[in-house]
Amino acid sequence: MIKDLGKWVDDRLPVSRFWNAHLAKYYVPHNFNFWYFFGSLLLVVFVLQIVTGIWLTMSYKPSAEDAFTSVEYIMRDVEWGWLLRYLHSTGASFFFIAVYLHIFRGMMYGSYKKPRELVWIFGVLILLVLMAEAFMGYLLPWGQMSYWGAQVIISLFSSVPVIGPDLALWIRGDYVVSDATLNRFFALHVIALPLVLLFLIGGHIMALHEVGSNNPDGIDIKEKKDNRGKPVDGIPFHPYYTVKDLFALGVFMFLFAIVVFYWPEGGGLFLEHPNFIPADPLQTPEHIAPVWYFAPHYAILRAVPDKFLGVVAMVVAILILFVLPWLDRNRTRSIRYRSTAFKVNLFLFAAAFVGLGYLGTQPATGLATLAAQTLSAVYFGFFIALYFISRRERTKPVPERLT
Amino acid sequence: MAESPSNPARRRFLTGAASAVGAVGVGFAAVPFLSSFNPSAKAEAAGAPVDVNIGKLSPGQMTTVSYRGKPIYVVHRTDRMLESLADVEDDLADPESSVVTQQPDFAVNPFRAREENERFLVLVGLCTHLGCAPTYRPEVAPDDLGEDWKGGFFCPCHGSKFDMSGRVYRGVPAPTNLEVPEYVYVSEDIIKVGATAEESA
Repeated sequence: MIKDLGKWVDDRLPVSRFWNAHLAKYYVPHNFNFWYFFGSLLLVVFVLQIVTGIWLTMSYKPSAEDAFTSVEYIMRDVEWGWLLRYLHSTGASFFFIAVYLHIFRGMMYGSYKKPRELVWIFGVLILLVLMAEAFMGYLLPWGQMSYWGAQVIISLFSSVPVIGPDLALWIRGDYVVSDATLNRFFALHVIALPLVLLFLIGGHIMALHEVGSNNPDGIDIKEKKDNRGKPVDGIPFHPYYTVKDLFALGVFMFLFAIVVFYWPEGGGLFLEHPNFIPADPLQTPEHIAPVWYFAPHYAILRAVPDKFLGVVAMVVAILILFVLPWLDRNRTRSIRYRSTAFKVNLFLFAAAFVGLGYLGTQPATGLATLAAQTLSAVYFGFFIALYFISRRERTKPVPERLT
Repeated sequence: MAESPSNPARRRFLTGAASAVGAVGVGFAAVPFLSSFNPSAKAEAAGAPVDVNIGKLSPGQMTTVSYRGKPIYVVHRTDRMLESLADVEDDLADPESSVVTQQPDFAVNPFRAREENERFLVLVGLCTHLGCAPTYRPEVAPDDLGEDWKGGFFCPCHGSKFDMSGRVYRGVPAPTNLEVPEYVYVSEDIIKVGATAEESA
């Protein structure tokens, strides 16, 4: 009976073809390690953000008058509202933790290289939209940090030559961050950007499944196939990796739950303390710091003494990722078979990113600014050094089969 | 295509022409969507001038009012503060107030105020760097700002410094002096912020 119904649907909709193409008969390398969990974890966090977000909109009021009190109403009066809100706010931070680790994985194992350039480009686009999504979401509670954070970031656009001031005005819809700004950010945060993200994630996965997954060895498994045309070093994604990823999800959710229940403010990193004070357009908090996931870019912005050039540096710091597949001229993918110079370069880059993240949350004193300038130089230096290191790099021989 | 059309050049032209007209149509259709992001008529109308009573502002004190949603600082400067203006000029980026967008013509002077009432400073309280509200720091040589501090405004966001006339110091992120808004005295004690002399005459 059920089987007949299944066949009836399958004759009219390619359900089983889709299932096979992307799960049951999608062959992936058998040597995935810890770093390969984050892709599927990100998908779960995305769904979590969508679901908790929908529930939050049921009690949230997007107006300058009511926004702050409606968030407190969710926290205190709505049944389980505190949980929905903390899941959503913690989810945002975990989204970025997983995204940054996922990107670093790609850089370590050369997952951006031919033929996966488009997978990488989709990924950078997702990062950009995710940043916009997080920034706009942060305005919605209408606390002091929401307000002044938005004021500072929107002011960045006013530094664009000629059209700048009008552009900032156009984004705000008012002469200052106001009710109009809050209302449009709400619309973009709950409808427009999630839809864009959904399409980009679809593109990311489709492009990946077209060329197949990379792996810690950086070896193409499609080159060695058995007599039935299956890669000898490949295993079907389902059930092997679905089960493995479910286990990782259990560990991830365990950590996630600890934060949600015992440490939802993350010591002021996940939810900043001044944001528990309603927005006051006449007074800036003593110390403005972005949420931790924007801190590295913010530190780069502050490191440059000139206003417009600072904005340029911050934007370039993200956009430069787009050309990474062409900056790296070496064809060996995995860090396992690359030179010491490459390893040192990548390690310095990661250390600079973490260091900038720390500095971005601290006040800009003389010494901190100098440190931020040094680390910004290391950050950009990575891409320049990579271009030259990869030109005539002495790599180790890559084995023919997975190790 | 299964069979090539009888006149491919004409087809290509028609497809191209239709696409071009369609693209223009999309362009026009985008206008209302993009324009709706501009400030609404209501937001523009909210720019009505506000009155500030300075009669009760004692020397050294600052009061903040809201005009178009922006903080407006009104400071009653003391003699000491006015004297400090000449002392700091060497350290300023634009002591002559030469950037025309940052003040009305009447405020192009060291006081950046109407000359007949040079004691009262009226400023838009938003840093010209990234729009934080600078804090009023009238004290001389406090611990955190150093011995050379003669009083002025300090932006907590990125450390920009301004003197007692809102003129920016050199070597800080803010590119220009704090903005002086249009304002007039409607009586001895009342300042109308956002009004020009012609309007109120």
